Amino acid sequence: MSAECIHMRERGVDWRYRKQRSSRGDAGCSWSCCRGDNQGVPTDRAGRMSFKNMREYLAWLYYQYLLITGIYVLEPWEKSIFNSVLFSAIAMVVYTSYVFVPIHVHLALEFFSEIIDGQPESAMALMN
Amino acid sequence: FGCPPGHFCAICTMCYKNVPQTDVSSRQFSHDTFEQPPMYVAVMTYLGYGIVTLFGYLRDFLRAVGLEKCHVAQEREEQKDFTPLYQDFENFYTRNLYMRVRDNWNRPICSLPGPIFDLIERVSDDYNWTFRFTGKTIHNVINMGSYNYLGFAENNEDFLKTVADKLRQYGAGVCSTRQEIGNLKIHEELEQLVADFIGVESSMIFGMGFATNSMNIPALVGKGCLIVSDELNHTSLILGARLSGATIRVFKHNNMHSLEKLLREAVCSGQPRTHRPWKKILIMVEGIYSMEGSVVRLPEIIALKKKYKAYLYLDEAHSIGAVGPSGRGVTELFNVNPADVDVMMGTFTKSFGAAGGYIAGRKELVEYLRSHSHSAVYASAMSPAITEQVMRAMKCIMGKDGTTEGIRRIRQLAENTRYFRAKLKDMGFIIYGDDDSPVVPVLLYMPGKVVAFAREMLKRKIGVVVVGFPATPITEARARFCLSASHTREILDEVLQQMNEVGDLLCLKFSRRKRSAFPDSVY
Repeated sequence: MSAECIHMRERGVDWRYRKQRSSRGDAGCSWSCCRGDNQGVPTDRAGRMSFKNMREYLAWLYYQYLLITGIYVLEPWEKSIFNSVLFSAIAMVVYTSYVFVPIHVHLALEFFSEIIDGQPESAMALMN
Repeated sequence: FGCPPGHFCAICTMCYKNVPQTDVSSRQFSHDTFEQPPMYVAVMTYLGYGIVTLFGYLRDFLRAVGLEKCHVAQEREEQKDFTPLYQDFENFYTRNLYMRVRDNWNRPICSLPGPIFDLIERVSDDYNWTFRFTGKTIHNVINMGSYNYLGFAENNEDFLKTVADKLRQYGAGVCSTRQEIGNLKIHEELEQLVADFIGVESSMIFGMGFATNSMNIPALVGKGCLIVSDELNHTSLILGARLSGATIRVFKHNNMHSLEKLLREAVCSGQPRTHRPWKKILIMVEGIYSMEGSVVRLPEIIALKKKYKAYLYLDEAHSIGAVGPSGRGVTELFNVNPADVDVMMGTFTKSFGAAGGYIAGRKELVEYLRSHSHSAVYASAMSPAITEQVMRAMKCIMGKDGTTEGIRRIRQLAENTRYFRAKLKDMGFIIYGDDDSPVVPVLLYMPGKVVAFAREMLKRKIGVVVVGFPATPITEARARFCLSASHTREILDEVLQQMNEVGDLLCLKFSRRKRSAFPDSVY
């Protein structure tokens, strides 16, 4: 990238002066449109996020989970504690629902159907 | 929003099209917006704080038991039987929340705080308990946090020639107070200039902006007086009010119904136990509130003040020089006679690139303050070089230096403000405040996102100021952008593009407002 991109051309006195001073540290214009690389998430030309594969998308989802729960600010061992507690809680919920919910639903249906059908049955039994 | 009844305001969605918009220079009512986020945002914010608080308790337990080394101040063994010093919420918050993320604040700057500046790179090896400098400097970071509204924080030799001359002539310090031997001729010239600028009879300048409020309010009101202050007033106003010993009542932010109710009650019932009439009622408001970016409803407050015979104290720290067609502040923005405001106060720190403050008003008021203000009697006078910087900045704004540089900067700031705010709203961020204020708070809400935002923007070489719990309500953490006349269109476009990317990356676009159909229209 040449040193004279449009961002450097339309500059006031202060900016050009400071650019010269710092020229040994920077290689030309440092603004993102001239840099050609993208830090962080990959973006397309319009600036929208584009994920190359599922792995990146999952990494972004994990990042969102860290931000929303506030875990992002904690140290790694605290993150591990929270993740393991949450994971075991979710695992227990899944196990319970898989093993016990069908049984409970079946029992509940039987109970209510007995109430609805059970009354005519007992009245008939009484009459006989 | 507290609009007077029987009147249509431009933010009432029904009447948006029916309101005839007057020209930009004078307008009747301020239009603040405080959009609420969706409910899940509030829930997640509380969840985030709750989880980090739980881990804070865990860490405190580990420190108490001895499994972890305590880096903060702790009581000695002998003091443990006495009243605990570090158990209150503030200390808990500092130890367990602030310390984890404090690399986003107090970043050392090593250049002029202009539109672009340099930062010293610092890293932490032990999760922000200690820092060390790597020796490298991060160059050309875009500055979106300095109160540099008109771009007078510059080191151009031509502009600063008079300041250098005065420094050579008078030296750097005054070594006395105004009342003793520190009253220089240059101070009196500046006071006359400030009075001309604002359009009042006379003014007095002080060396420190915060001290202007906190040391002069006790001189104006005392016991037996009533101070009616906005709920979001700055700490200097609150400190001055408390020091004075007057009774303080607070009204809801920018809410004229609340203010009127308070004034009616005060006039009807008088002082608390004796029911004698109040000696003075002083309404304290700010021109632009720096955390919200909202503008005071000045015409309505003046109408109320005249009706209930109260006095008005207007703190124009952020608005002087930054709003109004020629930079004269909120009185010009609303086309109000400056003589209607009893005490006009402002600072030179923000728009003028210097330090200090002023109080302006009628001659009797200023003469009284000259002898009764703590600041005048005990504080050192303003340094001559700083006085000259204020004078040259003010002359530039007024056009007295013979160029159009001042008016160009004011127009550039107004254009930058309109452009930046409109673009951010179109992108979908929630922005608080009035459309004309150069202070733009972007709401971030969740504590994790606040920290991630600051770090991501620094990675992209943009320096922003993020504000969290003690300074804002706990659910409304925000990033505060301060626009400047020295920001060019390219700089703003760069910032907007990075904001767009970071907003998508962190999911910060909470607004549910309808976006405009033509997002690329020219502003």
